[in-house]
Amino acid sequence: MHPRPGITHDNRFFWDGVAARKLLIQRCTACHRLQHPPAPACLACHSFALDAIEASGRGHVHSFAIAHHPPIPPFAYPNVIVLVDLEEGTRIVSRLAGVEPEEVEIGMPVAVDFETLDGDLTLHLFRRAGGPR
Amino acid sequence: MSRSGFASRAAIVGIGQTEFSKDSRRSELRLAVEAVLSALADAGLDPRDVDGMCTFAMDNNPEIEVQRAIGGGELRFFSRVHFGGGAACATVMQAALAVAAGVADVVVCYRAMNERSVQRFGIGVQQLRLAQPTTESAHFGWYAPFGLLTPAGWVAMQAQRYLHDYGATTEDFGRVSVACRRHAATNPAAWFYGRPITLEDHQASRWIVRPLRLLDCCQESDGAVAVVVTSLERARDLRQPSAVIRAAAQGASDDQQMMTSYYRSGIGDLPEMALVARQLYEQSGLGAKDFETAVIYDHFTPFVLAQLEAFGFCGRGEAKDFMRGGNIELGGALPINTHGGQLGEAYIHGMNGVAEAVRQVRGTAVNQIDPVNHVLVTAGTGVPTSALILGRA
Repeated sequence: MHPRPGITHDNRFFWDGVAARKLLIQRCTACHRLQHPPAPACLACHSFALDAIEASGRGHVHSFAIAHHPPIPPFAYPNVIVLVDLEEGTRIVSRLAGVEPEEVEIGMPVAVDFETLDGDLTLHLFRRAGGPR
Repeated sequence: MSRSGFASRAAIVGIGQTEFSKDSRRSELRLAVEAVLSALADAGLDPRDVDGMCTFAMDNNPEIEVQRAIGGGELRFFSRVHFGGGAACATVMQAALAVAAGVADVVVCYRAMNERSVQRFGIGVQQLRLAQPTTESAHFGWYAPFGLLTPAGWVAMQAQRYLHDYGATTEDFGRVSVACRRHAATNPAAWFYGRPITLEDHQASRWIVRPLRLLDCCQESDGAVAVVVTSLERARDLRQPSAVIRAAAQGASDDQQMMTSYYRSGIGDLPEMALVARQLYEQSGLGAKDFETAVIYDHFTPFVLAQLEAFGFCGRGEAKDFMRGGNIELGGALPINTHGGQLGEAYIHGMNGVAEAVRQVRGTAVNQIDPVNHVLVTAGTGVPTSALILGRA
């Protein structure tokens, strides 16, 4: 079975969003700060009044790792994993699909997509996006 | 001169260890007991003298089980430190604090594990149970679904950015491996005794998680290490020269995560280790120029570069230049990991590095630096961490 996210009261909104093919970013309704990974309170003003915005899904590769070993089912190797700077300013980890390992580079523009695995698990992923940075 | 309440008030007076192997063929508890008894014998202390114990939150051997098995008596202080190998030097800090505060007289710090034959860390969090996640397992749930499952993978993400930010190459990572394996090659206790490597060997080794190759990753080991801490006053009457705890500190920094501090402005650096460095230097009045050798935590080579920078041995991004010409090897300006480190000797979560620092202070290391006045020892990186300065009495 594909590894699952760990869903808690604090991050359920995010994974519910992914299930609906939306990439959400937690927002403080008091000071409007965005934060990821989510937390129970605003990291800046300590408000518990949090909601979320839908990200544009556009961003750039901040860094990447290409997993070769050990091979762990059900992943295909080499597996390109990226840390994406979203244009809203937060970062998120994801798989990068459709790009050869030799072609990945820091700064590469990417855009979000979604995949459904095991019939009931939806995850975000990123693909290369066109255009300049 | 001490600038804090506990610095230079306690010393490591005994060290003990098992052999380092890939299959110990005995229980982790037995390994712990062997190392603790060996450390006490080294110090010239009896198990009945032990009234404090400290280990890692990850250790599988409860303090009371170890105390019972060594034939110890009443325990007045027992403590554990979280966050994997980041605990290594912090166990000694806990002991020094307890001794300085007068709540314990003789504190044993230990780490024992069958980390190759039973519970391999290198496979990562494949068995993560996320049906009812805790805060910690939910944390790993941000990475596991994408295949970012192993310690090498978590480090690789930061290492790739380090290369980009500072113009370093994977050969610069390799120089750490070459140094550690050279030192291990002349250490009979090291798993890689007699087996040095070249930079070409490093570059030819296979990818684990790019940009990390096999020879950027430390071993998985079975074994145990223990050290004994007591007051300077009591230490004077004991068998071995004291390794005085000149300074000890812990650090977790802004938006600290467990192995995935990916959300800071600069992810190639180790601000938690810079925080530790500031405290060590403040407590001791010492600086980077005062160490003749250092034990720099080397579970993965890239973070050795970031640590050399965090402690001010060179400027930020300049470790690649600092390490050139064998500068971190025997005969260089700062020989590191003279026992071979975790890349070469064994991976005992950093506690074998603490023992090596004690040997350097005593003058009994197999690759002895002469003279040694102060040794820096650091703990696990990528996690909330710790470090020590040990010195001669």
